[in-house]
Amino acid sequence: MLLHLLRRPFFWIITAVVAGFVLIPALGNDVEMRESLLLAALYITLASNLNLMLGYAGYINFGSIVFFGLGGYVCVWLVNAHAWPLWLSLLAAGTSVSALALFFGLGILRLRGAFFALSTIGIVEAVQAFVQNFEPWGGSAGIYLSSSIFQPLGGPSRALWVIYFLMVAVMGLSLYLSYAIKISKFGLGLLAIGQNEDAAAILGVPTPLYKALIYSASAFLPAITGGLYFFKSAFIQPSDAFDLSLSTEALVVAMLGGQGTVSGVALGAYLYEELRGYLLTSDTFSHFQLVVAGVLLLVIVLFFPSGLMGFIHSRFPRSQKVLE
Amino acid sequence: MTAILEVDKVSKRFGGLQAVRELSFNMRQGEILGLIGPNGAGKSTLFNLINGVFMPDTGRITFNGTDITGQKPYRVARAGLARTHQIVQPLTNMTVLENCTVGACFGRENLPLAQARDAARDAIAAAGLDDRASMLAIHLTIAGKKRLELARALAARPVLLLLDEVLAGLNPTEVEHMIGVIRRIRARGISILIIEHLMQAIMSLSDRIVVLNFGEKLAEGQPAEVAQHPQVIEAYLGDPKLAAELHGGAAKSGA
Repeated sequence: MLLHLLRRPFFWIITAVVAGFVLIPALGNDVEMRESLLLAALYITLASNLNLMLGYAGYINFGSIVFFGLGGYVCVWLVNAHAWPLWLSLLAAGTSVSALALFFGLGILRLRGAFFALSTIGIVEAVQAFVQNFEPWGGSAGIYLSSSIFQPLGGPSRALWVIYFLMVAVMGLSLYLSYAIKISKFGLGLLAIGQNEDAAAILGVPTPLYKALIYSASAFLPAITGGLYFFKSAFIQPSDAFDLSLSTEALVVAMLGGQGTVSGVALGAYLYEELRGYLLTSDTFSHFQLVVAGVLLLVIVLFFPSGLMGFIHSRFPRSQKVLE
Repeated sequence: MTAILEVDKVSKRFGGLQAVRELSFNMRQGEILGLIGPNGAGKSTLFNLINGVFMPDTGRITFNGTDITGQKPYRVARAGLARTHQIVQPLTNMTVLENCTVGACFGRENLPLAQARDAARDAIAAAGLDDRASMLAIHLTIAGKKRLELARALAARPVLLLLDEVLAGLNPTEVEHMIGVIRRIRARGISILIIEHLMQAIMSLSDRIVVLNFGEKLAEGQPAEVAQHPQVIEAYLGDPKLAAELHGGAAKSGA
């Protein structure tokens, strides 16, 4: 499987993108660029993993943010209350959230279409309400980390670089994972489910298992990213961790780039983050990017349902062979 | 010969409608068994009961020696039973080859991806779709989609194939081609249970025929016997007198 990957051009395209993310800010020691690319890596991670559900299995998950938020809580809590090292807390966050998703998934994945989408919003609301009342996690006040937590990573300024590289690594893993699944038998089964679930089952695709597995897989890396993100902020509270607008943005990004493609979703995430950064700095509107996101979503759904990459593929059919 | 499929006193009710009632029949290995009956007789429901889309209320279905009553469709498919749909169910935005690869990957042999592609190409050739292998399923004509249904089912390399009106909506040339394809499938040793409204086609294809009416078995036997059966003629024409006349006419002309 791994050797198989090494022979494909798209594998090297992903590797080049990751190398660019590492080298460009590091060589110039450019902190401002690092912070912008960190958010781009975050969006790429969230959108790519959302795409596993949306673009492959055809299930709209409005609540992907719950993985990010819970991952953040598990990691910050383990670092704070139990003094676990960061790497172990991150792994624990990914594993526990992924296991929880498997459990939820076996239940809510019996629903389809709009009912599934609604239930994912329900999960965000339920988890947020739970965390707000869960004293070990600080209830609605959240958890604050002391500045000394950056010491094991070599002090605050070095720690920020370490966190950035870890974020980029998680982004790279998300892209490799998306690609590896897409070219596998598992991926073929998922795409069949996305096209026509009943027909897929009749052809022999074990639909309940595949759906639960992909839902769980799509939780792992976002949970780790959540851990990194809130560790970096040294602060987590329910309203930030379970902000539905970030879920919606991830959906817009996946649709913008082209759901079901790996490169399109990454490109969409990068472009959206750049646009967002630009809009956020305008003083006239706060959160103006959400207005833009809403309009973008309407335009995409109405006029470009297959997104940027769909447009590129239809214009340049040969690109399909290289850009997955 | 051993039985490939045994349907034993199977019933299914949808609310007030008894779709299938106490239905029993057996199918031998390598046989082509035709299933006929007026619209609403329960033929497609029976297919859905056999391959696990619906759970029977009572009764037992045995496939290849194993009880598959109420098993999920994907388990039944894995066991070696493939089917086509009366209303075609293509994976629309996937190519013909990808559609068939899904069938091969998750069918009886559970093939890995590369081998599944080869099996899919064989099935595409057998169904006469070679020239359209890289076309998206959504762009096929209705005849093309019917062939895709067949190719996809074949790619799974099943031991039993359920064909639900694969000839409906085809022109006479296409019907003839499809009949050739079905004969060749049987020559490979695959048993076939076929629903069809085109009488001439099913009479010539089938070894035996089971006639359903209002969910019950009306008659069973060789095509010629079934065609002479007064109750069958009545069910199809709806008028006992006319049926009697026809039957009498047939008897007279026969005599």
